Amino acid sequence: MSILIDEKTRVIVQGFTGDKATFHASEMIRYGTNVVGGVTPGKGGKIHLQRPVFNTVQEAVRATGAQASLAFVPPPYAADALMEAADAGLDLVCIITDGMPAQDMMRVKRYLRRYQKEKRTTIVGPNCAGIISAGKAMLGIMPGHIYIRGNVGIVSRSGTLGYEAAAQMKALGIGVTTSVGIGGDPINGSSFLDHMARFQEDPETEVVVMIGEIGGPQEAEASKWIKENMTKPVVGYVAGLTAPKGRRMGHAGAIISGEGDSALEKSEIMASYGLLVSPSASELGITVQKALASIGK
Amino acid sequence: MDIHEYQAKSLLSGFGVSVPPGGVAYSPDQAVFVATELGGAHWAVKAQIHSGGRGKAGGVRLCRTYHDVAAAAKSMLGATLVTNQTGPEGKVVHRIYVEKATAFERELYLGFVLDRKIERIRVIASVEGGMEIEEIAKERPESILQVEVEPAVGMQPFQARQLAFGLGLNMKQVSQAVTIILGCYRAFRDLDATMVEINPLVVTKDDQVIALDAKMSFDDNALFRRPQVTEMRDPAEEDPREARAAEFGLNYVGLAGDIGCIINGAGLAMATMDNIKYCGGDPANFLDVGGGASPERVAAAFNLVLTDQNVKCILVNIFAGINRCDWVAQGVVQAAKGLRVPLVVRLAGTNVEEGQKIIRECGLPIMTADSLMEACEKSVKLARGELVN
Repeated sequence: MSILIDEKTRVIVQGFTGDKATFHASEMIRYGTNVVGGVTPGKGGKIHLQRPVFNTVQEAVRATGAQASLAFVPPPYAADALMEAADAGLDLVCIITDGMPAQDMMRVKRYLRRYQKEKRTTIVGPNCAGIISAGKAMLGIMPGHIYIRGNVGIVSRSGTLGYEAAAQMKALGIGVTTSVGIGGDPINGSSFLDHMARFQEDPETEVVVMIGEIGGPQEAEASKWIKENMTKPVVGYVAGLTAPKGRRMGHAGAIISGEGDSALEKSEIMASYGLLVSPSASELGITVQKALASIGK
Repeated sequence: MDIHEYQAKSLLSGFGVSVPPGGVAYSPDQAVFVATELGGAHWAVKAQIHSGGRGKAGGVRLCRTYHDVAAAAKSMLGATLVTNQTGPEGKVVHRIYVEKATAFERELYLGFVLDRKIERIRVIASVEGGMEIEEIAKERPESILQVEVEPAVGMQPFQARQLAFGLGLNMKQVSQAVTIILGCYRAFRDLDATMVEINPLVVTKDDQVIALDAKMSFDDNALFRRPQVTEMRDPAEEDPREARAAEFGLNYVGLAGDIGCIINGAGLAMATMDNIKYCGGDPANFLDVGGGASPERVAAAFNLVLTDQNVKCILVNIFAGINRCDWVAQGVVQAAKGLRVPLVVRLAGTNVEEGQKIIRECGLPIMTADSLMEACEKSVKLARGELVN
């Protein structure tokens, strides 16, 4: 089945006519994603990539029935784009943008609480590679060809490390239902736990891979939830064993600030909650294979 | 981004926070000048470096004469100060702050952080000022008072009063503390800080509440909208390699090992470094070339990694998504001409066959690897001199 998106999901692109957005929207269309239009304020009425451009997300949703969007908007406008998308009633927004101020995301998350939980927009990102349901749809910037369709879900903070996992799995003939990049920022739209719960409900997903890194409480929170709620095996890995304390390692959220933030602590916590922890990044594929074998697959 | 104590005090006093009078100085003469302008007969001469623990390390000297002020300034300026936060190499002191010495009766702690778990600004206060907050949390957690700020409305006066009364202040002191607490909160919000710390916040015998020290850190992602913060940048406090890296859109952190790393994506970079260690090697640096690694960026990455004299070999690990392997390979080949150390390149993802072909046919002694493990194993052997290109 996959989670979040499939070949039917109607997708718009916010920031549609920008260079990067145009490139990635074309790739998404090539992959088979149902891109129905896009939004660039001031360019409404134009046609781009053979699809309509709108001035506002609200207009786009009314005209196309869009359900999800990919937001490709520079940092100063990112929070605004997210709130506009939520206000227009989209189910899902994936925001690729790297460089959003943390307090902006704090305010966006607070804004979302205007809406009742059932009607609240799901945000994935920021600073992420996006979402791909293998063979069905892509809402992001990942190289589609490295994924084959299968029964393993991936949820990762890192984009390229997520690709590495998918590639190792593909080399072993193991495929993916959906891979979700939650991004590398300290405050994100949705956490490991949020997507783990979706994977638990998805009948096609039989094993899940959780790829974390230093900084923040989300790996520990998800691990606890997994122990208490997950009936499917979860493979875990945490990047940053060699990261020195207090230094930001690329991602805004990748910093060891306090207790529980280090890769070693997180790996131990994962193991203590029953996750199958991969001893290294180069053994992600093999560890998934072991997890599948443990349920007879 | 970090700033000095005197800069934090300057920013915070603009938000209504009481700080002792003071002035920055870059020479003993200037220090004496500041002391005469301040008046009084008792001054604190404080080393200005981006680090806590300066007092314990001799970086704060109390002086009662201009002669002492000059002597303190002379001994600090240009000297290396090693605190429990700088690491053993310490930091060179280029600026000092001369402040009117303040006698106090109580030392309190006041801190503000963006708490990732609750996704709110958290305000922490304690009667155990002068200690480090981690120590306080360990030794006397019951002394820690906290409030969480609701982003929809901001910090409210009742929350500041809750903390102030909780600190055992009298009514005269409470109203000043409330002004300080709310002022710090507004500075945190309006300047996109990630941390504000007043340690100690002191109470004097005539009921004055004053920020005796101040520390502020800022969200790098928000600097585009905070020019008054970026104006306070002190390049002397930053690793010049990291500053150069930023100019090229690269993210660089220098480490102690000898295997130089050039990787795309922070998570893959950390994972590769971890894998190098797993194979018995030691990474020399973290370097994320980011999305769209143009030949210019790749060349800049090589130059940056090579400024580290410890580097014995370089590992390039690029998983091309937005990047294309053939594009990256061109940049690598260009940069590898005349390279003084061996090089192993692992490419994966978009156009990988074209990229590998370019590397194989370039005529340079570049080792290739197909997998992450293979790349790391080869780099470790190259660094040890066990493999020759």
